[in-house]
Amino acid sequence: MALEPLTAAQRLHATFDPGTMTPLFAQQTGGDPLSFPGYSDKLAAQQEKTGMREAVMAAQGDICGVRAVVCVLDGGFFMGSMGTAVGEMITRAIEYARDQRLPLIIFSASGGARMQEGILSLMQMAKTSAAIADFGARGGLYISVLTHPTTGGVAASFASLGDIMLAEPDALIGFAGPRVIEQTIGQRLPEGFQRSEFQQAHGFVDQIVPREQMKETLGKLLRLHGYGVKRT
Amino acid sequence: MIKDILPQLDTAEAALAAADETERDTLLIRRAALLEQCRSVTATDKVFLARHPKRPKIDDYIAALFTDFFEQRGDRQCREDASILGGIALFDGRPVTVIGHRKGRNLEENMAYNFGMPGPEGYRKALRIMRQAEKFGRPVITFIDTPGAYPGMEAEERGQSEAIAGNLAAMSRLRVPVISVVTGEGNSGGALALGVADRVLMLENAYYAVLSPEGFASILWKDPARRDEACEVMKLTAEDLLGFGVIDEIVEEPLGGAQRDHAALYRALHQSIARALDALCAVPVDALLHQRYDKYRHIAPVSVK
Repeated sequence: MALEPLTAAQRLHATFDPGTMTPLFAQQTGGDPLSFPGYSDKLAAQQEKTGMREAVMAAQGDICGVRAVVCVLDGGFFMGSMGTAVGEMITRAIEYARDQRLPLIIFSASGGARMQEGILSLMQMAKTSAAIADFGARGGLYISVLTHPTTGGVAASFASLGDIMLAEPDALIGFAGPRVIEQTIGQRLPEGFQRSEFQQAHGFVDQIVPREQMKETLGKLLRLHGYGVKRT
Repeated sequence: MIKDILPQLDTAEAALAAADETERDTLLIRRAALLEQCRSVTATDKVFLARHPKRPKIDDYIAALFTDFFEQRGDRQCREDASILGGIALFDGRPVTVIGHRKGRNLEENMAYNFGMPGPEGYRKALRIMRQAEKFGRPVITFIDTPGAYPGMEAEERGQSEAIAGNLAAMSRLRVPVISVVTGEGNSGGALALGVADRVLMLENAYYAVLSPEGFASILWKDPARRDEACEVMKLTAEDLLGFGVIDEIVEEPLGGAQRDHAALYRALHQSIARALDALCAVPVDALLHQRYDKYRHIAPVSVK
């Protein structure tokens, strides 16, 4: 069984040292670029339900005493789907980490591209991937943490581009959703297909990290990359 | 609906070819009237035209627009994925790397090419030959026409997500000019994985979307039969995308669709590619990468405080 989902706020709370977190960029909605029937109302209902403006939060703070930028997708908001506002927030966080020379951690949880923002959602894949590539070319450390579920356009962009790839146990991780695959091949998928353990066995995840060890694992990785370590 | 008009047009043209002097004028008027109806095409019509079996395919474009094509096969890791065709060729005598989704002319070919739905190996082959283009300073020209990346078990086992993401990241920093042409159906990440470019051209009746209209209707309304309705609300036509800044130029098609006059389409496309190539080759590579980053950075601006 996949772990109980965390909200973005819970995840940030669990990741940073107490009292060190500062939110980055006030959340804003991306609007309704396609004037898609019913989308504005649906977005408003999601905002009402979650108290969030959009499906992502970004913050900086200390993890085991080491300063880092953290982005969290919230699967409870519109299935964590990426439209223009989510793509923009992620990209700004990447660029902020680049400019401040801070390491970057993104916790993903997403059904993929936000359908109601159409092609502009698809373009967020290119935008975020370009930002990660630029960040990486300048030596920035990016740790991608895949949580349940990470699929579609998020899996096929920034979430798969980590220098270090971590996953929570038994998270569903893949490009196509299991139902689409089953319809395509006309058979049932085996137990555990596309889960974290499967992804690790196929070479796409460095380590599966239980939730209670996530923070110290991240802290260790930051130190292993020379962040927060005093050199003599 | 254009799918009803086109067969009538074919019939009229066949009759015209066989007509004697007395029937000729009537048939010419009939043909002109049908062609006139082809001027107003809906998004649904465009999706129909974009998937027309007689629309030119990657091998046709290569034969018509390039010379000396040398195909490069295989991802150098485990297999050759024939759903993407790529290699080196000359465009107006200049070496370029050409890559495109491959569809077949009949069932047998389509089976061999998996109906133009690549697995990760196809994207990795494309990336391999793009890297080589970078090494030898060849501009890259890609042709997009796919139902989407293949949603199968093996594709997942071999990292479809990682392969697509890897192409997006690599193409954003490829140190040679990249031109993409959306020629037919451009569905989802499977299309975009060949489409991060300095200049994106799009044929007049092609479409480009976050998901196939069928998939979209199925996800949003649990009803793939509402496809035509999806086409009309998805904003997937070349005009829509030009307005959004997702594409840079629309390449005009012959009236009634590219399948009616391949040669006319090739002439228009040749001009557009030549113009884009000349412009991009004149830009120093660091400036080019800057422009490419900014282009994707500023599609659909959002104000986030």
